[in-house]
Amino acid sequence: MYAIEVDNVTRIYQKYSARHRFQTFKSALLKGDLFRALKPDELVTALDGVTFKVRKGETFGIIGENGSGKSTLLKIIAGITKPTSGTVKTQGKISALIELGAGFHPEISGRENIFINGIMLGLSKKEIQEKFNEIVRFAELEDFIDAPVKTYSSGMYMRLGFSIAINVNPDILLVDEVLAVGDAAFVPKCLDRIDDFRRRKKTILFVSHDLATVKKICDRVAWLKAGKIMTIGDPSRVVDAYLQDVMERQEREFERRQEELRRQAEIRKKEELQDREERRQAIELRGEALTSRETEKLEVEKGKEKKREEEVRKEEERREQRWGKREIEITRVTLKNLQGQAKHVFSPEEGMLIEMEVVAYSRIEDFVFGIGIFNSQGIYVYGTNTHLEDYTPISIEGEGKVVCRIEKLNLINGTYYLDVATHKRDGYPYDYHRNLYSFLVTSTHRDEGITRLPHTWEVTDNIKLKPPEVKAVAGKANQ
Amino acid sequence: MLKILTNLKNLYRYRVLIQSLVVRELKARYRGTVLGFIWSFFNPLLLMIVYTIVFGYIIKPRDPSIGGSPWYYALFLFSGVLPWTWFSSSSLESANVLMIHGNLIKKILFPAEVLPIVVVTSNFIHFLFGLPILLLFVLIFGKSWTIYLLFLPLVMLVQYIFTLGFGLLISSLTVHFRDIKDILANLLTFWFFATPIVYPMTFETIAKSRALKIFLNLNPMTHIMQGYQYSVFYGRLLPWKRLSVTFGVAIILFIIGYYIFDRLRDSFPEEV
Repeated sequence: MYAIEVDNVTRIYQKYSARHRFQTFKSALLKGDLFRALKPDELVTALDGVTFKVRKGETFGIIGENGSGKSTLLKIIAGITKPTSGTVKTQGKISALIELGAGFHPEISGRENIFINGIMLGLSKKEIQEKFNEIVRFAELEDFIDAPVKTYSSGMYMRLGFSIAINVNPDILLVDEVLAVGDAAFVPKCLDRIDDFRRRKKTILFVSHDLATVKKICDRVAWLKAGKIMTIGDPSRVVDAYLQDVMERQEREFERRQEELRRQAEIRKKEELQDREERRQAIELRGEALTSRETEKLEVEKGKEKKREEEVRKEEERREQRWGKREIEITRVTLKNLQGQAKHVFSPEEGMLIEMEVVAYSRIEDFVFGIGIFNSQGIYVYGTNTHLEDYTPISIEGEGKVVCRIEKLNLINGTYYLDVATHKRDGYPYDYHRNLYSFLVTSTHRDEGITRLPHTWEVTDNIKLKPPEVKAVAGKANQ
Repeated sequence: MLKILTNLKNLYRYRVLIQSLVVRELKARYRGTVLGFIWSFFNPLLLMIVYTIVFGYIIKPRDPSIGGSPWYYALFLFSGVLPWTWFSSSSLESANVLMIHGNLIKKILFPAEVLPIVVVTSNFIHFLFGLPILLLFVLIFGKSWTIYLLFLPLVMLVQYIFTLGFGLLISSLTVHFRDIKDILANLLTFWFFATPIVYPMTFETIAKSRALKIFLNLNPMTHIMQGYQYSVFYGRLLPWKRLSVTFGVAIILFIIGYYIFDRLRDSFPEEV
C-alpha cells in the first residue's frame, strides 16, 4: 500500500521580465487575451520526470544539494504548488513542516496564533482546544503564551510552529530542513517526536542536509540532483553515492580556486617585473649624455632604485608567504591519497601523501625537510621534520622528490593549511612555504576539537547503549 | 460555472478560518492602542463631527433635495462616505493582500481566495461599527428612523458581492501587474467623485445634463450609494429596480473576478 505516489512529475518555473510584463499588460488590455499573453520568457526546470513511491509507514529521505528541487518536490506533494506535468497521489492527512510559524501574525498573542495556525493546518477549534496544553507544553512557552508573537525569540517562534504542526497528527508528515534552526535542546525533542511517528507507522518524508540523521532514521533515501532522481534505495548506499559526488565537485571547485590564485600571482609578478624594467631603462636613458654632477645624482637615484627593488622582494616574500634564498628549492607540492591520486578533499579515514619536488642547485650537506598543518583558526595542528625525527642529512644535489606519507589523517571536518619547508638544521631557511597549500576534510562525523583520535566506545552489560545502526562509511566512498 | 460552485462549497469548509482571520485582523488593527475597539466607533464619530462643523457652520451648502437645515448636508455626505470607505479600503487592501501574505500562499495549503474574502469582510465589520453612529446622528439632527431602514441589509449584500468580485479581480491581477496598485489609488479617487456621494443625483447640473445622468447611472456604485441614502437619509423606498440590476451586475462581476482569480491561482506561489 502506498501513501505517496509521485509519477513522472515535472515542474517548470517561469520567469517574467519587466518589459514582458508591460507588453503583456498592454496586449491583455487591448486584445483581452490575458491568459495567452501571460507566457513567460524564461523557463527553469526544477523537477524533471521524478517518479517514486513511498509505502505506508515508511520513512523516506530526500537528499541533494541546494537548488536540486527538494523543496519544490515537497511543496508539490503537499499540494501547495501544482506540477507542470505528471501526477501526485497521496492517501491520508498531510502536515507539512515546510516553514515553521509561516502563518503567525506578529501582533497577536501566541494563544490566538495557535488557534489560527491550527485551523490553517486543518484542525477544528475543538481539536485545538483539546491539544492546546500539549502544544504549549511541548513548545515550552507556558509563561509567554499570552504575549504577542512579535516579542518571541526566533527559537520560541520555531518551537511554537513545530509544536502546532506536529500536533496536527497527520498520516503523512513532510519535514523540510526545519530542524536546522533549532537549539541543542529542542532538536532532539523534535527528533523524538518524529521517531514516535515512525513507531506509530506513519509515513514521513524527510528532506535534510543532515546526512547522519537521514542515515539514522530513513528506511529508504532518494538522491535528487538538478531536478532528477539519481538513485533511490538503502540510506547508507545513497548517502555515500551523494557524498562521493559532492566530494568530486568540491575537488573540482578547489582546484579551480587554486588555479585562479596561481594565475593571479603570476600576473602580479609579471606586472612588477615589467614595472621595474621600465624604471631602470628610464634611468639609464637619462644617464647617456650628462655632466658629472648629474651623473652623481643619477647614482644616488640608482641606489634608491636598488633599495626599492630590495623592498619589493621583501614585500613579495611577505605576500607570497615564501622565503629563503632557495639554495634548495621546493618547486612543486602535490597532495595525493594513498593510491597516488592527486586531490584536495579528504575524509578523516583516508591517508595522505605530501609530495615535494625539490632541486638543489649545488651539493649541500646540511638540510632538513618539514611539514606543518594548520586549521582554519590558525591553530598549529601538527608539525614535524626529518631533523626532529633524527634523520641525518648526508647530501643532496640536483632534482629529487620528498614524500611525507600520513597513513590516516584523523582530522575533524574543516579546511587545513599546509606549510612545507627545507632548511638547515639550525633553522636557516632554504625555501619556506607558509600556508601555500590547503586541503579540505569532510565526513558525516560530528565530533569536535582539533583531531579525531582513533577510538571506540565500550560499556559494561548493565549499561544499555545502542550503537548507531549504520556505521559511518564516508571514507569507504573514496576507495 | 460548476467549478465555481464546487469551489465555493469547499470554501464553506474554511469558514472557521475566515472567521478567525477576520477576528485576528480586527484585533491586530487596534492592538497596542489604549482605546482599542472603541476606535471603531470613535473614528466615524470624529469624522461626522468634522463634517458637521465644516458643512453645518462654515460652508452651509443648500440644495433643495437635501432639505432646509444646514446640518442635513453633513448627514447626507456621511451616509455615502461610510459605505464608500468600506468599498475603497477593501479594494486597496485587496490589491496588496496576496503579496503581504505571500508566505502563507507559498508555505501553507489553503485556498487563496480566503485572503480577499477576509479583507472585504473585516472592512464590512468596520462599516457595521460606524453604522450606529450614522443612525444616531439621524436622530440628533431631527430626522427620524423609518421602516425603510429594513432595506439596509439588502443594500449591504449587493455591495458585499460587488466589492468581493472587485477584490478578487484586483488581488489576482496585481500579482502579475504590480502597477495596478497605483492605478487603483487614482481610479478610486475618480470613482468617488463619479458617484453621487458629495452631491445628490437631483443636483441642478446633473438634472440638466442627460449625458451626465447616463454616465452616473452606468456606475454600479451609484445605485448602491443611493440605496443607503434613500434608506437612511431620505427615509424613502430605494429605487429597487435599479438596485436589482446592480445586484445582477455585482454577481456577474463576482463570477468574472472569481474566474480570473481561479485561472491565475496556480501562478501565485511563485509570483507573490
